[in-house]
Amino acid sequence: MLRYTLHRLLIGAGMLLALSVLIFILLRLTPGDPIDAYIDPNVAISQEEMAALRTRLGLDQPLPVQYFAWLSQAVQGNLGYSIQRFDQTVAGLIAQRMGPTLLLMAAGLTIAIVVGITAGVIGAIRRNTLPDLSLSVLALVGISSPAFLTALLGLYVFSVRLHWTPSGGMLTPATPFSLLDLLHHLILPAIVLSVGYTSLIMRYTRASMLEVLNQDYVRTARAKGVKEFWVIVKHTLRNALLPVVTLIGSTIGLAVGGAIFIETVFNWPGMGLLLVDAVGTRDYPVIMGATLVIGAAVIVVNILTDLTYAVVDPRIKVA
Amino acid sequence: MNAIATGTDPILEIDGLRTEFRLRGGTITAVNDLDLTIRPGETVALVGESGSGKSVTSLSVMRLLARKVGAIAAGSVRFRGKDGTVRDLVTLDEESMRQVRGNDIAMVFQEPMTSLNPVYTIGDQISEPMRVHQGTPKGEAWDAAVALLEKVGIPDPRRRAGQYPHELSGGMRQRATIAMALACDPMLLIADEPTTALDVTIQAQILELMQALQRDTGMGMLFVTHNLGVVAEIAHRVAVMYAGRLIEDGPVREVFRNPRHPYTVGLLKSMPKLGDATRMKKAGETLNAIPGMVPSLRNLPSGCSFAPRCSYAIDACRAAVPPLAAVSENHHSRCIRWQEVRP
Repeated sequence: MLRYTLHRLLIGAGMLLALSVLIFILLRLTPGDPIDAYIDPNVAISQEEMAALRTRLGLDQPLPVQYFAWLSQAVQGNLGYSIQRFDQTVAGLIAQRMGPTLLLMAAGLTIAIVVGITAGVIGAIRRNTLPDLSLSVLALVGISSPAFLTALLGLYVFSVRLHWTPSGGMLTPATPFSLLDLLHHLILPAIVLSVGYTSLIMRYTRASMLEVLNQDYVRTARAKGVKEFWVIVKHTLRNALLPVVTLIGSTIGLAVGGAIFIETVFNWPGMGLLLVDAVGTRDYPVIMGATLVIGAAVIVVNILTDLTYAVVDPRIKVA
Repeated sequence: MNAIATGTDPILEIDGLRTEFRLRGGTITAVNDLDLTIRPGETVALVGESGSGKSVTSLSVMRLLARKVGAIAAGSVRFRGKDGTVRDLVTLDEESMRQVRGNDIAMVFQEPMTSLNPVYTIGDQISEPMRVHQGTPKGEAWDAAVALLEKVGIPDPRRRAGQYPHELSGGMRQRATIAMALACDPMLLIADEPTTALDVTIQAQILELMQALQRDTGMGMLFVTHNLGVVAEIAHRVAVMYAGRLIEDGPVREVFRNPRHPYTVGLLKSMPKLGDATRMKKAGETLNAIPGMVPSLRNLPSGCSFAPRCSYAIDACRAAVPPLAAVSENHHSRCIRWQEVRP
């Protein structure tokens, strides 16, 4: 188990390195020059001053040198300074924004897992009845609706029309912190984030449940006189969840993408909003840093998923 | 294989059982007008080809037919429980039936590979019936499970109890499912082809084990199989099914020596014996397969279902389903020409 974990971590580190090279190259391939961001367009600047600035920032060095300069600092935890906000380190900015994103994702995932699995089980045991069919239709709608649609629709209905939820932000400005206020702001973006996920989990759970319900060992459980509720929960659901665990883990990356979008729509002060702002203002150190941290998080979650899988399924031996 | 415990009250009396399946394109009758009796300490083998209704019969007794699809349409299954009261399982409410399953009647299935739950330990699964039916505390049930594993001949039972099904061989798993079935000391054990998926040497071991366990416990056994060799090995009485109907039943020796239904004769003839291969090769013979195919249950011939494949068939056979005729006191044949049938 330990060897396997180390092995996976090593591969993860390699992937992260490749990711950073890729981001670095892609950023430089985009039109524009990082130096532009440093220059006030209203003030005239001479070529000499510009060259001096380049030298000071190391932008006159060849790309590989620039990359390794960045990397050697990055591994020490120094991700540089924001170009747009001179006073702030990238690491500090990310640390600030990490919490809200984790909160949003955790809330969205919890809703998706609880609602998705429950609906999937109901669909499977009430197969081809009205509840099952309605849930299936809802799931199809949920999967087919892009996040920008559900987000805007949600905003229009619940914020603009019904005034049930605020239209953005994480806390009401100029009021003391209250948990209720946070939840009030959190509920709509979390639900919007969970919609696609809930539908996906529901469909997987339902299909997986139907497959497991036909297994011989479920019949064995009934032949032993196990109560129907426990036949479903203990003997069927436990097995049916195995593929669902993989699904959840392997699509966490997608949820990150969704979170970036939803943070922008709901003005949620998280990593996504930070990243989008940074891209808009060509804040290279922030883009690099944020992408790296998100990439690392996705890789770690995937490793955790594999390890969880080995715990929930005794047939899988990791060695 | 003698000493039939006669004179004791039967534990299971199936009377006129009829099980139907509603499928797309109509209803089929998988079991038709079946009578069967099992006494304590007695093993009754239910024999037939696939689709003859033998497995459906065992699932009907357990009331484990796929809901919405299969249902008992007529007949009664009178069962004498541990407390001595006789109840009709067909009309029993679901909760009472659940209390019978695994407690009064236990079942062993064909596939030891798939009939154990992969995510729970052997010990957990064996102790589950005791926890469910007797409310045995977890630790106590675990110890009982270890004792059961020892009883079914699994070496190092304490370690094995903590293992998962995939860590055991096929033969061991079948021993474990037998231990699971015995957990609550059932009155009746239904075994649905319990040795079919196993190697021949393991088959013999499992059959011996089941016989030994029956001697110990005095439980009745309904042994579903298509293997006549297994029948000769383990059963006291045999009931042969064809296309959903019982066509011959009686004591194993008598039916094997003196079969009184052309289908039984055909079955016995199509069973190769040791040394047959070389003898038949020399004589240029082939195995005596029964000509024709088992009829589809959707489209049964009128009268005797076996008539189209039967060399004894006459017009009267096709006119009406023959009644069960008494060959002797406990030997019956559903053939109107049973007196002329020669083995």
